[in-house]
Amino acid sequence: MDESVLFSIRLSLQVAAVSTALIVLTGLPLAYFLARRDFSGRELLDVLLTIPLVLPPTVTGYYLIILFGRNGFIGKYLYSLTGWSIMFTWYAAVLASYVVALPLMIKTARAAIESVDGSLIDASYTLGHSEPDTALKVILPLAKRGIVAGMVLSFARAMGEFGATLMLAGNLPGKTSTMPLAIYSLAGSGEWSQAHFMVLLLTMMSGIFLYVANRYSRRII
Amino acid sequence: MGLQVSLQKKLNGFNLDIGWEIRNELAVLFGFSGAGKSMTLQLIAGLMRPDNGRVSLDDTIYYDSVTNTDFPANKRPFGYVFQNLALFPHMTVIGNILYGAPSAQKHEKMNHALEMIRAFRLAGLEGRYPHEISGGQKQRVAVARALMRRPRALLLDEPFSALDRPLRIEMRGFLREVRDEFNIPVILVTHDFEEASAIADKVIIYEHGRIAQTGTPEEIRSAETPSGACAVRV
Repeated sequence: MDESVLFSIRLSLQVAAVSTALIVLTGLPLAYFLARRDFSGRELLDVLLTIPLVLPPTVTGYYLIILFGRNGFIGKYLYSLTGWSIMFTWYAAVLASYVVALPLMIKTARAAIESVDGSLIDASYTLGHSEPDTALKVILPLAKRGIVAGMVLSFARAMGEFGATLMLAGNLPGKTSTMPLAIYSLAGSGEWSQAHFMVLLLTMMSGIFLYVANRYSRRII
Repeated sequence: MGLQVSLQKKLNGFNLDIGWEIRNELAVLFGFSGAGKSMTLQLIAGLMRPDNGRVSLDDTIYYDSVTNTDFPANKRPFGYVFQNLALFPHMTVIGNILYGAPSAQKHEKMNHALEMIRAFRLAGLEGRYPHEISGGQKQRVAVARALMRRPRALLLDEPFSALDRPLRIEMRGFLREVRDEFNIPVILVTHDFEEASAIADKVIIYEHGRIAQTGTPEEIRSAETPSGACAVRV
C-alpha cells in the first residue's frame, strides 16, 4: 500500500481520537450543565454550541479562521506570544473536527441525562449524597449508553470531517491530508484504485460506527 | 420536640398552607390526590423550597424562612421512600442498600448493610437487580436503604399503593416494627383511610392544601365528619 495512503489513515485515526477525547472532556460537563441547570440563556448556549451541526462546514471553517487564523481574534495573540499558528498543522484538523463533532456529543448526552428519572436523583440526595457524587454514581451511569453513542458518533463525524479541515488545515500531503482530503486529491488526479480503497474503508468504518452507536443508544432497562 | 412543620407554598395555582407536629410516632397524612400530602414530604426533605415556613426536628431547624436557614436535601437527616420506590436499576440489592450510607467506613457499612438484609428478610437476594425481585421485596429494599444512614425521621410517600391487599397488610405490620425498632417519627402518605386507621398513631387529614382534621384514628372516626374525604371513606 502507498505510504501516503497509510499516512492518511493514521492521521485520520489520530485526529478523530484526539478530538473525541477533547469532546468527552468538555462536551460531557457542558451537556450535564445544559440538562440539569435552569439559567437564562441556556437554549442560546445550546444553539451556539450545536450550530455547526447545521452550518456548511466551510462556514464553520471560515469562523475558525476568523478566530484562530494568524490575524484572527485569538490567533493573533497566540502568534505574537509564541510565533506559532495553528493554521495548516494537524492541530487545526483536530480543532475543526472538535467543533464540527462536538454538537453530536452535546445533543446525545444532554438527551440521555435529561431522560434519567428525577426521583432517582432525588433519592440520591435524600440518601445523603452531594450533587457531584450523584452525577458520578447515578446520573452518568444511567445515561451511559447515550454518552457512549455520542462518543461513537463524534468519532465517526471527526473521521469524515472535510470542509472545515480543508479551510483551516489545508490539504498538505504528508502533513494534514486526512482520509477525506486524500480522497479528494486522489479523485482529482485520477488515481482511482487508491481512491476506491479509501472510500470503501471509510464507508465500512462509518457503517460500523453507526451500528455501534445505534446499539448503544437503545434504552438500558 | 419531635418533628414540627409549618409550610406555605404556591405552585401552579395550588396553594399549600399547613402546620403540624408529631412525636416519635407513626403519623399518616391522609387525603385525596392533589391535597398537598406528597408536596409536604418533598418540602420537609428539602426536595422543593417552600415560600414560607419552618421545619424543625427536636433541637435542629432545617428550614426557616425568617432566618434564611435552608439545609440542602443531602444534609437533612430524613429517610425518604418514594412512591415509585426509586431503586437504582444499575445497582444490586446490596448496592442499593450500601448507597444509603454515604459517609460510613467501608467495613462498618458492609456489616450494617448485612444486618439490614437479615432484618428485612432479604437474605439470598443481595446480588439481584431491582427488576429481578418482587414488589414486596422492592418495598423492603427501599425502606432498608432509607434507614441505612440512621435517619432521625422516615417519610414514606404512598409506597404501598402498587401492592395487592395481602402484601399491603404485611407491609403495615412491618412499618409498625420499624417505628418500634428505630423510635423515630414515621410519616406515611396515603389516600386509603382503611390503611390510615389500621396503622396510624395519629392521622392528619388534608383537604385542598389545608389541614381539615387531626387526631387518633378513633377520634377521627367518632368525630362528626365535616370533611368530604372522611365522609366518603369511613
